[in-house]
Amino acid sequence: MIRDINTNDFLFILAALRWTVLLSVLACLFGVPLGLVVAVGRLSGHFALRWATAGYIQFLQGTPLLMQLFLVFFGANLMGWRIDPWPAAIVAFTLYTGAFLGDIWRGCIEAIPHGQWEAARSLALPWAVTLYRVILPQAARIATPPTVGFLVQVIKGTSLTAIIGLTELVRAGQMINNATFQPLAVYGAVAGLYFAVCWPLSRYSQRLERRLGRGFQGSALL
Amino acid sequence: MGGYVFQFGVVFDAWRELLRGAALTVQLSAAAIVLGLLVAMLGAWVKTAQGGRWLRPVVDGYIEMIRNTPFLLQLFFFFFGLPALGVRLSPNQAALLTMVVNLGAYATEILRAGIEAIPRGQIEAALSLGLRPAQVFRLIVLMPALKIVYPPLAAQFTMAMLGSSVVSAISADELTSVANLLQSVTFRAFEIYAVVTLMYLAIAFAFRGLLTGIYHVVFGRAAAAGAR
Repeated sequence: MIRDINTNDFLFILAALRWTVLLSVLACLFGVPLGLVVAVGRLSGHFALRWATAGYIQFLQGTPLLMQLFLVFFGANLMGWRIDPWPAAIVAFTLYTGAFLGDIWRGCIEAIPHGQWEAARSLALPWAVTLYRVILPQAARIATPPTVGFLVQVIKGTSLTAIIGLTELVRAGQMINNATFQPLAVYGAVAGLYFAVCWPLSRYSQRLERRLGRGFQGSALL
Repeated sequence: MGGYVFQFGVVFDAWRELLRGAALTVQLSAAAIVLGLLVAMLGAWVKTAQGGRWLRPVVDGYIEMIRNTPFLLQLFFFFFGLPALGVRLSPNQAALLTMVVNLGAYATEILRAGIEAIPRGQIEAALSLGLRPAQVFRLIVLMPALKIVYPPLAAQFTMAMLGSSVVSAISADELTSVANLLQSVTFRAFEIYAVVTLMYLAIAFAFRGLLTGIYHVVFGRAAAAGAR
């Protein structure tokens, strides 16, 4: 039965935004520490650790996010867990975020001149202290713009959970569209909400990047 | 593990369908890359050339709209929304259109950065040597810019290929759709998706190798000539 579209439909879509935001926040909450571990693992002197983290990044960057989501979703099912898209989505997006942030941050850490490591070493600072006190604070500066940019990727990526039945923004749009058959209005509204969340972040990331470029001009760093 | 027994037999029995799906994934991606690059060249020209200035807000709007909304939503918009405007597309056509429009926006930004890295003096020098504007754009601006931004561009191409998995949501018949279909018949979801994931990984590695090869063929000689 096809009915007319009304204000409640748009409110339903607007309310679904919180699940998109919640999943994105959880992905970052768990993905950030994982990303740090992966970045440090990539740079460690330990052969096995370096190799394992490199393989992890290669795998996550070389396969579709949708497949990763399916593997976790159906894999959890095999382990005898109840079929629930939420835990699967959280696990899949944590793994995804961890791999990409790990790779981004590795690049940022490597961009810090090697002399910094040598100087810290000659001051007898242990490796971990050098990393935490000398390298990471400098790397964090150049890491911020790409990290914020990647956050936009995560927010957009959470739309794929609609396919495993998690009622986030796109799924809510699908449900309303199925009842009203107004695809232009419904998907237009959904697109508007994504844009309202992602665009400020994108702009912020670009502004940070420009400001950083200015700050570093003519300096020894970069 | 609840005594689950993995059965990959049903997956390998369907190797013909899976290969056909993989072939369509590759075809779809290759077509999207070629057309997306054309869109990017047009977009980057508008964003950097004097002549295209009045079109700039349109291109800016296009890029921002695409880069700040999910691919899946763009796909739904073209597949379900365009028929409301009287344009009916098959799932494969809608998939290709969405991939081109999506990749075009990202590639425009990448290419624009490359073009802006070309020193103005080179363009002025070429013009003063009597090259026509079209020649200047092709030889002095476009090709060197493509060379500069080739690594991020190639990464974006590989990401577009991986992203094509999403078009299974409208049942275009590429690799993921084939997997979905097999899954609904055999109920061996995990085995099927595990194998298909590895197939994507193989395609991604092949893509990277191929793109590196293309770089050496297209820019290898030019680089040698430039060094001389």
